[in-house]
Parts: sequence; structure tokens; C-alpha cells
Amino acid sequence: MTSPAIFAPRSGVLARAADWAIRHPRMFVFLMVLPIVLWLGIVYIGALIALLMQSFFSIDEFSGVVQHEFTLKTYAELLRPSNFAIIARTVAMAAAVTLASAVLAFPMAYFAARYARGKWKALFYIGVMLPLWSSYLVKVYAWKLVLAKEGILTWIFAQLHLSWLLDAVLAIPVVGGNSLSVSYLGTFIVFVYIWLPYMIIPVQAALERVPAPLLEAASDLGATPKQSFRMVLLPLALPGIVAGSIFTFSLTLGDYIIPQIVGSGRLFIGQAVYTQQGTAGNIPLAAAFTVVPIVIMGVYLWGARKMGAFDAL
Amino acid sequence: MTKFLNLCASGLALGAALTLPAQAEMMKQLGKPEGALSIVAWPGYIERGETDPAYDWVTKFEQTSGCKIEVKTAGTSDEMVSLMNQGGFDLVTASGDASLRLIAGGKVQPVNTDLIPDWKRVDDRLKDAPWHTVKGTHYGVPFMWGPNVLMYNTDVFKTAPDSWDIVFNEQNLPDGKSNAGRVQAYDGPIYIADAAIYLKAHKPELGIENPYELNETQYAAALDLLKGQRKLVSRYWHDAMVQVDDFKNEGVVASSSWPFQVNLLKADGAHVASVVPKEGASGWADTLMLHAQAKHPTCAYMFMEHSLNSNLQSDLSVWFGAVPSVPSACTDKSGMQTAEGCDANGLKDFEKIWFWRTPTSSCEAGGCVPYHRWVSDFIAVMGG
Repeated sequence: MTSPAIFAPRSGVLARAADWAIRHPRMFVFLMVLPIVLWLGIVYIGALIALLMQSFFSIDEFSGVVQHEFTLKTYAELLRPSNFAIIARTVAMAAAVTLASAVLAFPMAYFAARYARGKWKALFYIGVMLPLWSSYLVKVYAWKLVLAKEGILTWIFAQLHLSWLLDAVLAIPVVGGNSLSVSYLGTFIVFVYIWLPYMIIPVQAALERVPAPLLEAASDLGATPKQSFRMVLLPLALPGIVAGSIFTFSLTLGDYIIPQIVGSGRLFIGQAVYTQQGTAGNIPLAAAFTVVPIVIMGVYLWGARKMGAFDAL
Repeated sequence: MTKFLNLCASGLALGAALTLPAQAEMMKQLGKPEGALSIVAWPGYIERGETDPAYDWVTKFEQTSGCKIEVKTAGTSDEMVSLMNQGGFDLVTASGDASLRLIAGGKVQPVNTDLIPDWKRVDDRLKDAPWHTVKGTHYGVPFMWGPNVLMYNTDVFKTAPDSWDIVFNEQNLPDGKSNAGRVQAYDGPIYIADAAIYLKAHKPELGIENPYELNETQYAAALDLLKGQRKLVSRYWHDAMVQVDDFKNEGVVASSSWPFQVNLLKADGAHVASVVPKEGASGWADTLMLHAQAKHPTCAYMFMEHSLNSNLQSDLSVWFGAVPSVPSACTDKSGMQTAEGCDANGLKDFEKIWFWRTPTSSCEAGGCVPYHRWVSDFIAVMGG
């Protein structure tokens, strides 16, 4: 028999339930967590596993019907030159976008964290966040107009008598092209513009936490500005940069709208998935393509964790 | 692991077998209108005057029939097939690369043309079209069709080009400059058929009969042609609005296109025109199909009749830049369309059009290259 209650049990379902919850704290926690676990487990992970399982099936070359038998053939198809080129292209673009975002974001974030005060700080936040408030599609289409062969940028270059410079840049093999809006360079510019805020915010958060006296101490001890940047500021801000890079890198890996509107027509991973799962009905290959960014991001996050990126989020 | 996957697979197969619908019976007579109708359609196909008050072919139907129309728009043929597979819809405006899949999947029911008095008005050439008629049974009512035309810039081409050659092979255009970087191609594997149409006329030794049924040699020749074209194309077009912009701002002067973009650019004052070249062209033809488990079959039949006998054919063909399936809609003043408008949208070129169909390995000659290979190979071409 349990120990007798001091008070008699209260009447009413709600009151009894409350009493029960107080007496069984572990069960209470379990019930509170259950919906979240179910959501994550069934809706999120479950759907992902169902998708991943598809990648171990294959498509029958002759009839185009999916064969529900375990095989690694589909993964081997990823290594075909045309498919591997898609992966290499996407990863290279994601890396370039991440690097450029970091380089651009650092001085902006540094200014905001060190020098901006009061309304300037508010202005900074609005300036960084404002682009995120408008539709993604509108921004991409706007960039298409800016970068077009007969667009604003070409006009500005012509007015400045710098058309030769633009032509020289576009003449660079691989990244160049007929105009900025049909070249890798254009895709790169738009990617950097769209994802830059996701880099600035975590870097700024990391820089805010670097105590100013540390930098003063460094210079007192005879460090040149370059040295204190390299040996004090950068290591302390690195977790923020890595955190930001998680966003820019993974978002570029998965995007399939930007390269479709501004680009040379060469596919990125997201577009390949979109095409393969469509009329092609090649769900296994689409699923295998989906696994690639998951694996890359898995490795990346593992490395980022080692660098303490999650403390800066 | 293998065992587990096999188990899952057989579970899937079993599920599929259980949900396989019994072949739906054709309706013998109409009942009382059910008061509602739900349609899966391409964007812009079912207009009730909300986008532009001048384009309305729903309000009157709702008033006379009492069937309240609900529209679900779909952006791709695959989306349409998937929505119809989920069920809950009555009608779908299926294109040729979806219609046969719907019939094969048992998702649509045969249509009794006796219950549609104005069936007789349908273009004779469309009545038994192979994308909605299987073994003499009709699975739908022709809705709209249109060609994939060759759009060109009239400042560069003083006379209309008569061949697709200008987009496939490097050459100097009439203005003396090369076509490299100034032509476009459609960003879809089905574009391989356009290359096959060109080869059918220029390389008769390949023996191409049907551009959607290619054997290995013919297919390889089409891919070679497209690989050469890749060097000329700066960007493949996918989105109609992007193409419109490319003609305005990107210096593109010739491309395969839809009458929709041509009309849009002309309305904007751009110097463009279109032509169906001598080799012929690919095209699309949409069919109004009835779901096998439609909840509102009477309303659906009434709408099919309405689609043939109202301002719908005429006004929709203006709105969408398409050709009516009812030829008289061009001239009978039931809407805004005129004989010239129909000709501009491609009416006269019917004989030269190869309508989109999903390539399968089971073709008449046998051993044709199936569509999923078109997909992976076209990706390789674009990445080239």
C-alpha cells in the first residue's frame, strides 16, 4: 500500500490529472516529450529513411520500372562522369560561396560589433535583415535583370568606359560566359547576395563576445594589428564563421532555383533531384543524389562541432 | 538488410495490388448535377475573371449548371499524375506525356461521347488522337493544343527562317554575326525529340519514323546534334518568363518557344515573330479526362460539354496562346478569338506537329530508348 495522502483526493478529472502528474514526474515528462519524439521520429526521420531506402533500389534499364531489390547500382551511377560533374560543380560552388561570404561578412560584422552604437546598430540589423523580408524569387529575378547582357551592370560598365574589363572577366574560361547572367560568375554573385545575412549574424554574435581588453592587451604586449587579428581575434571569432558557413554551405548545396534562373543551364544537385524524380520516375537515383548533401553536411557538421561552432549559434 | 528491404518492397507491392482500382464503367446516362466539381488544371486554364475580368468561362457555367467549380493548379505533368493518383478530383487537363500514364494506371474512366452533344464539333483530327484513345475507347475530351514554334527576332531575320538549322548548327545569321550565344533550347529531356525531328528531315538514312520512338543509333545521332548545340546555347529556357526576359535583355534572337511567349513579347512591342519550320515541330495537346472514382460525374460531363460549346475554347486560346480543339471557335465569335489569331497560334500547322508523348521501351518497332535514359543523357548534354 502506498503511504496515505495528507489530503483526501480532490474531485474532478482535471484536478485528479494534475495530482497524478505531480506524483509521477517522470511519466509527466514522458508525456510532454512524446509528441515531439513522435514528430521527429515518424514525420521527420521516418520520411527521410523511407527516402533513403529508395536509393538502395534500382531502375530497370529496359522498362524503366523501379525494382525493389537491394542493390548499390544506383550509387555506382552517381560516379558516371555526367553525374559526378554535377556533384563536383555543386560542392565547388558551395565552397566558393561560403568563402566569399565569410570574407565579406567579417568586416561588416566587425564594424557592427565594435563601432556601431544606438541607432547605427539598429540600422545595421535592418540593413542585414531587410533582404530576408522580401520574396526570394523577386530578389533572384531582380538580379537576373541586373546581370543581363543588356542590363544595368553592363550599362554602368559602358558608362565608365570599362566594358573591356567586363569582357575580359567574361572571357575567363569555365566561370565566364556570354553574359554575367548565363555564367557561373553570375550564379556565384547571386548565391553570395542571398545567403550573406546568414553569415553576418553568427559572425557578429561571435565578435560581440570577444572582450575588447583582449585586443588592447595584445597591442600592449607589442602585437602588430595584423598579429592580434591573426592570433587573437580570428581564433575567437572562428566558431561564428564556422556556424555561418554551415548555413551558406548547406543552403547552396540544396538550392535549385537560383542556378535555374541565373546560370549556364548546367545542373546542380537540387535540379538533378528535381529532374530525376519527375516524369523520369527514377526515384532511386534522385534519392541517391539526395544522400550526397546529407553525407557532405554530416562530415562538415562533425568538423564544425570540433571547432566549437555550436557554441556560437 | 536485404531481407528487410524485400519485405518492405513486397509490402509496397501488396499495397499497390490492393488499391488497384477496378476498371471503371463508362457512364450510360447523366444523373442530377451534384452541385460541385473539382478540376486539376494548368495555371491559367480555368479562369473566372479574377485575373482579368475579360477572361471568364466559369461563372456562367456555375450559374446554369449549379456546379461550383474548385480548381487545383499543377505546374508539371508529374504533379498532375500524382494528384490524380491521390484521388478526390473529378477532371484533369492532362498533356500527352501524362494522359497515357493515367489510362495505364486506371486512374481515368472511359468517356461516353454520346453524352456530350457537341463532341461532333471537335476537330476531326483530334477525335481519335492516340494520347487519349486506347483501342477505340475515348478517355477524354480534347481541350487545347499548341506547337513549339521557332521564335525569332525580326530585326535580325528580315525574312522568316525556314529551318531549325539556325538553332542546331553554328553559322552566321543574316546580320553577319555568329549564332553562338544567341540561340536557346528548351530545358527538358523531351527536347531530344526536337533534335530527332530535325534529323528526320536532314538525315533520312537514319530512318527516323517517330521522334518519340528512337532506336539506339537514331538516339545517339540526336544526342550528337544536341552536344554540338550546347556550344551555341548560353542558357536553356525552362520558365516562360525567363525566356521573355532573355529575348529582351540577353540578346537571344532565335529559340524554340510557345506562342504564349511570342504573344507576350509582341504585346510588349518587341520585334519578334514565330514560324513552324519546314521540318515540322513538336507540340503539346491537352485532354480533359475524368477520374475513375469521380464524385461528381454529372457535373464533369456537363463541364466537358461546356468546354466545347461556350466562350471557353475561343477565349482560352487567346488567353493562353493556344489553338482550340473546336475549329469553329476561331470564327464563330463565341469569344475573342479570330481566324488570324488561330493561325498565329498554329492552327494551319497541325500536320507538321509531333505531339508530346512519353517515350517508352515498348514501341512499335521494339527496343526504343525509354524516357528515364532521355533524362540522364539530356543532363549530360546540358552539363557538357
